[in-house]
Amino acid sequence: MSGDARRSIESKSQKLKAPSMPNTFHLEIVTPEKMIVRDDAEEMQIPGKGGYLGILPGHAPLITELSAGELSYRNGGQTHRYAVVWGFAEVLPDKVTVLAEAAERPEDINVNLARDQKQRAEEHLKNGKSEDDFTRAEEELKAAETRLEVAGKRA
Amino acid sequence: MANILDIRRRIRSVINTRQITRAMKMVSAAKLRRAQERALAARPYAQMLTNVLKSLVSRVELYDPLTGELRHPLLAQRPESNVLFIVVTGDKGLAGAFNTNILKAATRFLDSKKDKNVEIEAIGRKGRDFLKRRYPVAEPRAADSKEGSGVALIGEHIGVLNKLEYSMVSGIADRVVERYSNEAIDSVYLVYNEFKSVIAQRLVVEKILPIEHIGTAEVSQAEDMTLEEKQRAIEAAKGTGVGLRPKDTRDIDAAAEKFATAPVDYIYEQPPEELFRSLLPKYVKIEIFRGLMESVAAEHAARMTAMDAASNNATDMIDSLTLAMNRARQAKITKEIIEIVSGAAAS
Repeated sequence: MSGDARRSIESKSQKLKAPSMPNTFHLEIVTPEKMIVRDDAEEMQIPGKGGYLGILPGHAPLITELSAGELSYRNGGQTHRYAVVWGFAEVLPDKVTVLAEAAERPEDINVNLARDQKQRAEEHLKNGKSEDDFTRAEEELKAAETRLEVAGKRA
Repeated sequence: MANILDIRRRIRSVINTRQITRAMKMVSAAKLRRAQERALAARPYAQMLTNVLKSLVSRVELYDPLTGELRHPLLAQRPESNVLFIVVTGDKGLAGAFNTNILKAATRFLDSKKDKNVEIEAIGRKGRDFLKRRYPVAEPRAADSKEGSGVALIGEHIGVLNKLEYSMVSGIADRVVERYSNEAIDSVYLVYNEFKSVIAQRLVVEKILPIEHIGTAEVSQAEDMTLEEKQRAIEAAKGTGVGLRPKDTRDIDAAAEKFATAPVDYIYEQPPEELFRSLLPKYVKIEIFRGLMESVAAEHAARMTAMDAASNNATDMIDSLTLAMNRARQAKITKEIIEIVSGAAAS
């Protein structure tokens, strides 16, 4: 009974702050090794395969593949960035789940390794024989460039 | 009669050995706990991926309705003439029969594929050493090569198990997927020690490719632990903080179940067929990754059990040596008394 009363007060105060929609959504980023992010976010950007997608709370249900790129989200005025290599995302109105093969924070990226990777990929692009070699080299190059770019945004 | 001093020296040396084996046991227990935690942390991704694929399978027709062709090369079943066999052992010994058992199972598998070309990829030093002694080292076969090569070792990965990373597995799996897709190999098997808990382990040969059912691996050869092995494992796990039950994964699994399967109309940014195509290779990767992680846990568990047995044997040995020493001392005293008494009687 007292619980009910409290709930109604809470819902009233929430109504005052946000008239129709909660202003955050739940976010999970999962890699093969572990769950690296479990947080709330006010907005986020994901590197969809067909281009970047901006997501706000209440987004329509969506499923997309992610390509190499920068994933960022904002929570309480702080922006968190991750370099994603390949991923898969499910967007629901109140929750976003991202499966990523690798998701690194700017400060965790090994810049030297990324430079090597970039160089290797460029060589492969030049000397590649088959179509497969070429696509793979291109993916590698994109991943390396993403890493370098995100690493450049260290807080 | 054994020299008392010699026996005492031996007892001291056995006590030292026991100290070392006990320490190794505790180290293995700690490593085992960490390996179990890692396996648990890796579960959400694996489960989510599996669930997405399962739900996509129901949405996507596996055969193209227009051409009748299979949607994905990794599902293609071909007559098996070129086999890739991945053997997962440990890098180090002193783990009881861990490595031997795996290699026995591997040999049995190889015997069953006698009339085929088998390429072996060894993960772990112990397996590499054994297989290199028995089979020639060769380059991976080209896709269009016609000649039969019998059994050959085509790759080795040493020192990767200690710090197992997904990126390493990813490299191995990429090559496997590529070679399967361009028909250089017709099937891929993985032999490893499956580990659910200290007392729930199996030695399995799993068929990785072609994929037959998503979510359940096809096991073509399996060996359970014997009752005796289980008892020994329970004994060894006592007081180490290693649980006997498999970790509770129900919450993780329930959460993963919901991934990408909510009862809503999703907007698909890419057509489901395309998603299916790019997700399937990731499934192969995660299967191999999981196998390797379980093998690492199993290796630590085997070492823990072996070191526990060694410590117990040392204790037994100390007991019997102590008995022998006491007997020898008693005999010496008795002899002296007799000498004194007979000396007194004579005089």
